[in-house]
Amino acid sequence: MQHTISVIVENDFGVLSRVATLFSGRGFNIDSLSVAPTNEEGLSRMTIVTRGDEQVLEQINKQLNKLIDVLKVLDFSDGSAVERELALIKVAAEDDSRTEVLRIVDIFRAKIIDVTPKSYTVEATGNPMKIDAILELLRPLGLKEVVRTGSVAIGRGAKGWNG
Amino acid sequence: MKMNGARIMLECLKKEGVDTVFGYPGGTVINLYDALFDFKDIQHILPRHEQAGTHAADGYARATGRVGVAIATSGPGATNTVTGIATAYMDSIPMVIITGQVPTALIGNDAFQEVDIIGITRPCTKHSFLIRDVKDIAITMKKAFYLARSGRPGPVLVDFPKDIQIAQGEFHYPETVEIRGYKPNLSGHPRQVEKAVTMILESRRPVIYVGGGAVLGGAAEPLTQLARKLSIPVTTTLMGLGSFPESDGLSLGMLGMHGAYCANMAMTGSDLIIAIGARFDDRVTGKLSTFAPHAKIIHIDVDPTSIKKNVRVDLPIVGDVKDVLMKMIKQTDKSKDKLAGYISALAPWHSDIDGWKEKHPIAYKQSSTIIKPQFVIQKLRELSDDDAIISTDVGQHQMWTAQFFQFNKPRTLLTSGGLGTMGYGLPAAMGAQAAFPNRQVITICGDGGVQMNIQEMATLVQNKLPVKIVILNNNFLGMVRQWQELFFDKRYSSTCMELPIDYRKLADAYGAKGFLATKPGEVESVIKQGFKENGPVIMEFKIAREEKVLPMVPAGASLNEMVLNA
Ligand SMILES: Cc1ncc(C[n+]2csc(CCOP(=O)(O)OP(=O)(O)O)c2C)c(N)n1
Ligand SMILES: [Mg+2]
Repeated sequence: MQHTISVIVENDFGVLSRVATLFSGRGFNIDSLSVAPTNEEGLSRMTIVTRGDEQVLEQINKQLNKLIDVLKVLDFSDGSAVERELALIKVAAEDDSRTEVLRIVDIFRAKIIDVTPKSYTVEATGNPMKIDAILELLRPLGLKEVVRTGSVAIGRGAKGWNG
Repeated sequence: MKMNGARIMLECLKKEGVDTVFGYPGGTVINLYDALFDFKDIQHILPRHEQAGTHAADGYARATGRVGVAIATSGPGATNTVTGIATAYMDSIPMVIITGQVPTALIGNDAFQEVDIIGITRPCTKHSFLIRDVKDIAITMKKAFYLARSGRPGPVLVDFPKDIQIAQGEFHYPETVEIRGYKPNLSGHPRQVEKAVTMILESRRPVIYVGGGAVLGGAAEPLTQLARKLSIPVTTTLMGLGSFPESDGLSLGMLGMHGAYCANMAMTGSDLIIAIGARFDDRVTGKLSTFAPHAKIIHIDVDPTSIKKNVRVDLPIVGDVKDVLMKMIKQTDKSKDKLAGYISALAPWHSDIDGWKEKHPIAYKQSSTIIKPQFVIQKLRELSDDDAIISTDVGQHQMWTAQFFQFNKPRTLLTSGGLGTMGYGLPAAMGAQAAFPNRQVITICGDGGVQMNIQEMATLVQNKLPVKIVILNNNFLGMVRQWQELFFDKRYSSTCMELPIDYRKLADAYGAKGFLATKPGEVESVIKQGFKENGPVIMEFKIAREEKVLPMVPAGASLNEMVLNA
């Protein structure tokens, strides 16, 4: 089963490789990983999408918590978070397919951010399932390049991660 | 007062109470060594190999409970420490390793003797630091020592570039340290403790299963008290030996692959296992699916990742084992009314255990013509001091030591359990002897492993460290040969050490004394002569070449499927 975990880390030298080493060394999967600084000085936040049964997830949680640079591990497996991903999609667009792309973009409330006579570049955001869906629809028209950020997630409700 | 970074580093070590370091000089630590030259508060011991220096720091740490310190230069010096660091990591030994590094401006340039030692050791250190500013030396060292010794201990590496050693700065050692991502949970939860005692009082076939965590956590006292109060038999892992006196009637000895019959049978028959600072390693559990089929499990450990890693656990208690055990003792005292009934209900269990002990005690066939290794171990116990410190190397001799020596005190056995590092025994003994110049320190080695750090003979002689080196010489890589005998049709592929070595001459070459016993009748006198010497000695025993370590649970078999004689 897929799980989304947020990890609050010290913005220190080597922290990314510590987390990566932990996953590779113990045979845990990473489906996606994104990292960027937070609003708090010196802290970064990683969002990791991983898979495994409950026991594996418990180990991942505990092992992450054990890393000295990790302040907090938030497990969003229970659907308690809003998840979003951004994708940049370069799709072939000539003659008839130009309007088809525009129609799909419109339905998904995506945006065209670059245009050439032969292509459109589309910016789409949404939960990862929505991104999968738009890619499925654009695929037959000719995908030239796809860049996805991986999920980021934030807990629902009024509270921040530390209260 | 301004001083250079090298001197600041030494002042930090002094503040941490370090009295001995094991290190090897080189280009990127030459400034540090220059500062050491007239720094009288720290004894520096020069091993003959950085691996040995790191094991010596580890042996020092295991024997004393303090943080061991090793120093190496960048590049090859640093990579030579890796085996020592991994050995310490697997057994949770508190250590700080200081490695020289090329000047910060050159890092990443493939400079001469540059290696990314932090990257190389990341999976086998508790944490690591690269010092990038002379102002950061003190806080980094404060953190390094705090991390190494607190919670679940472990090795911490500090990479110390040459330019930072040269740079001038002020020395202020911080009184306290705060690491916001590191808050080990030391205090056992009272409700969990209460539940644990209730579960014990309801059990009829309880076993206490103790690992190295009880030794590291200084929990031998309360463990012994609790076991006696509740009349619970105690088995230990290799790493747990010494945490509970094996001379006690409740002791089952070691469990697992080469454990005692009674210990493995007790685990299999138990209805409640109380695991203390142990991690259910595969050498202990045997086949997981048939491990302790009838038992509920209480697991006490300071490291939450150890809990539920390999086996299901009914009651986890995260906390310092000493704290938890002391709380359990108090809780037991509150339940006095139930105690008598509980104790009398244990009678059938104790009689089962006595039956197993009697049926297959740890034993061997004595010989009048050829030296049995087990006999040597028994004689060593008999003739050595009560508080002697024993280190072992890795192999058959290690298991015979565990089975036959009888350890009654914590921190008297130094052995590489988790990594199983050949070459560990001699340098670890050297570290222990440096810490305790007046105690008897004995290392029990095989003829294979002793060669892996034999160069440390020079360090022993030079520093007047009177380690007694025992070599159980079977002219085989015995443990591997045993597997080949049992599982590979006696195809002894590369396990025979064809070349006999004259260890008396070897001792002589280093300026030490060597003794040899070839017959059972000579064992006692060789040990006595060796122990009488004031300096380091080698005592070689030519032992029965194809003696096996038994009992043995073959890899992948259940704990109760022991091979008792083969
Ligand atoms: C560094 C290292 N290399 C290889 C091994 C594998 N190994 C485990 S025991 C053993 C044999 C050890 O032989 P010896 O030191 O003579 O001890 P004995 O088993 O004969 O008592 C070997 C090769 C190891 N544990 N460590
Ligand atoms: Mg041998």
